Amino acid sequence: MKYYATKICEVGTIAVDDTILVKDALAAAGSRILEGFKPLFSAEAVTRLEEKGYAVSGKAHTGEFGLDLVGEFSYYAPQTEKLEGAAATLVKNGDVKAALGVDMNGSTRRSAAFAGIDFLKPTYGTVSRYGVISCAASGEQVGVYAPNAEGVKEIMSIIAGHDDKDGTSLPEKEYNYSTDVDVAGKKVCVVKELLEKADDATKANVQKYAEALKANGVDVEEISWDYFDLANTAWQILMCAETCNNVSRYDGVKFGHRAEQYRNIDELYVKSRTEGFNFLTKAVILYGSDALSKNRYKDCYDKSLRVRRAVADATKELLEKYDAILAPACSKTEFTAYDIKDAFTKVFEESVFTALPNLIGTPALVSGGVQLMGKHFSESVLLSLAKSVERKGE
Amino acid sequence: MNMNYEIVIGLETHVELSTESKIFCSCGGHSAANEPNDCVCPACSGMPGMLPVMNKRVVELAVTAGLMLNCEISRYTTFDKKNYYYPDLPCAYQITQLNHPICTNGCVPVKTSAGTRDIRIKQIHMEEDAGKLVHGGNSSFVDFNRTSVPLIEIVTQPDFRSAEEVVVYLNKLKSMFRSGGISECEEGAMRCDVNISVRPEGSEEFGVRTEIKNMSSFEAIERAIKYEAQRHMDALEYETESLVQETRRFDDVSGKTFAMRNKETEADYRYFPDANLMPIVIDDEWLEEIKAKKPAAVDEKAEEYAAVGISDKEIAMLLSNHKLMALLDDTVALGCNPKDTASWILTDCAGILRKDGKTLNELEVTAQTLSTIIKMVDSGDINRNAGKKILIAVVESNVDPVAYCKEQGLDKKFDSSAIDSVIDKVISENPKAVEDFNNGKVKALQALFGACMKELRGAGDPAVIKELLEKKMSK
Repeated sequence: MKYYATKICEVGTIAVDDTILVKDALAAAGSRILEGFKPLFSAEAVTRLEEKGYAVSGKAHTGEFGLDLVGEFSYYAPQTEKLEGAAATLVKNGDVKAALGVDMNGSTRRSAAFAGIDFLKPTYGTVSRYGVISCAASGEQVGVYAPNAEGVKEIMSIIAGHDDKDGTSLPEKEYNYSTDVDVAGKKVCVVKELLEKADDATKANVQKYAEALKANGVDVEEISWDYFDLANTAWQILMCAETCNNVSRYDGVKFGHRAEQYRNIDELYVKSRTEGFNFLTKAVILYGSDALSKNRYKDCYDKSLRVRRAVADATKELLEKYDAILAPACSKTEFTAYDIKDAFTKVFEESVFTALPNLIGTPALVSGGVQLMGKHFSESVLLSLAKSVERKGE
Repeated sequence: MNMNYEIVIGLETHVELSTESKIFCSCGGHSAANEPNDCVCPACSGMPGMLPVMNKRVVELAVTAGLMLNCEISRYTTFDKKNYYYPDLPCAYQITQLNHPICTNGCVPVKTSAGTRDIRIKQIHMEEDAGKLVHGGNSSFVDFNRTSVPLIEIVTQPDFRSAEEVVVYLNKLKSMFRSGGISECEEGAMRCDVNISVRPEGSEEFGVRTEIKNMSSFEAIERAIKYEAQRHMDALEYETESLVQETRRFDDVSGKTFAMRNKETEADYRYFPDANLMPIVIDDEWLEEIKAKKPAAVDEKAEEYAAVGISDKEIAMLLSNHKLMALLDDTVALGCNPKDTASWILTDCAGILRKDGKTLNELEVTAQTLSTIIKMVDSGDINRNAGKKILIAVVESNVDPVAYCKEQGLDKKFDSSAIDSVIDKVISENPKAVEDFNNGKVKALQALFGACMKELRGAGDPAVIKELLEKKMSK
């Protein structure tokens, strides 16, 4: 697996997260279970970029199935290197022009926030998921890492648009992204309950960003709104359930890792999967399986679907009054190493900042270490707000 | 036996749909495959990155089946995932419909010696088939050709009261689905799970129910039901064993049913909605389009045929083969008499094929060709024997009927009696030439022959005409 850019390309080189397929390049989503898997085709987003002359210079390490905080738990990343946010680091260092990542449970947004670059998780259905190593189909979306809003716009304009190969792809052929929407008079809210969950440095960051927006004529208000916890719990349940189901195909029978010794098919399954998945994935599988079980389905999975609708309605109502929500992307400003046994709880806690857009399919943009969330198809507003602040910082 | 018992049966029937491609990818069906894993792509072999894309034709065929079984058609239908691990299931889940099946609340009249009774259809849902395991030596192999082939599952209420009703119902489904182009219902393309219980006659409560899984031969289904019902009755009557709700398997050789291992039956399938497939909305326009294409129901069709005088035996033959039905209907639409056409197809064509050891399934005649022949006979241009000769040539070597008729001189105008009268006319009109011939001028015969050919406008077999002319002149 190549970490750094190897190709020179005038249009631009891009890096692709290991959760997205590039034809003939080993793809394992950071997991041993997919060891040696070589895809027969490229993801639609990758193909569209290549058709426009961009070159994929390498695959970037991700945590196993993108389930961790910032990519710290990849089976393949060398232990000696600083592993977190591989794609974000490549973009930050200028090794590539941009990178593609799958935003499923916030790892992409957190790594962009730590690296100080931009990442857009677009509206659900605007970018094809064809060629994504899927975990949580109902909320994952291919997004873009770029140095700034302008860079996000460049890549998004190419990869977004209907794809027949994805049944969840929206009908629009293309989308126009603008970074020049007039931000003066736009209204942005900061949700007190969410801000409270972050440390002082992060809070200060959000305040600084709010001041910068205000300086550009944006109205920023602090409000009270308590749907983020609810949204997070619902999304963690749906995400675990869907992931449990989607990774069940990795069974050692067809491709990827197979245990060396087994006496029958049950042993082949159990041994291959025990060896193939890391502790965090196993926890997700167990929680997901439980949420879908006969006894728990109504109170867990089905309830989460109902919460999803309630959160969508409440968010819609809120975003009729405001153009965007300004929030932290993570409770901290930098990553500190921890034990994988604590990963499930850690990720759950941190996802309160990122889960809502995954749950209801709305866009979210990380820029300047903070996050802007908007209503469906409000990418241009989010990019323009970010650009107005980025310009000041130049 | 002291008491009279009533058998109560419900049926789940899986039917493989006749579509060109699989349900969620563009692979051809497994019937197109010669080798294991010939018809397989990344989607139907469970590779990451591929997403299911709905085959519209599957929806249309499922709706057509629903219309034929008098069902309510759901305007909003969704897919769910059913989770279980088995090597023939590449994704470790099957895409099926649990919460919003495509058709509900149908009804089929079933006519047996006990009279006609309505069997209620609970629902019809769409789903994908699994692959196949092949065991050899120390290894097992997986063949994904059949993976993702579209199925519909038809679930009845527990309305059957005898094995006879079940078999009549299944035969009816078979002829309906064949005539509707829904399924060829070939061996193995129609598989049944039978739910069976027994109760004292007059009782309203259901007895303990057992399910016999995965049978495809109607004959086996009948035997299995009879065996299982008797086992239940013996258990109730003589307390030979205590019945438990369980899944059983029918062994064709011993003719008995056996309980399956619990492990195979008590799984929690953890059903949940498939987020990769958007709900399907069937609007008025689409439904009308499907209705317009739907062939007449089998019962209506049978009445229609009976009304024009087609025999019961012929009707049965037609209803079991939608190709023949279509040929008959199309030929009639071109202006032929239905009763007559039925006999051309079912007697004459069948006879011709039988001689070559073939069946009507291999008939390749178009309605256009068949109607041409029938019309030639009906208009008196040729006699029925000549028509039959043409039909043989058409069936065996696909000739053009009109050209063949001329070529073979089968047209009645050119048969020997017609030629006779033309020759007589030519002889009487050309006394000079006749005299010359009688005086030894052989060439004069050529002049008479030319006159005959002129009179016949170039048609007719010259050799036959010459022979007849010579015969007459030499008298």
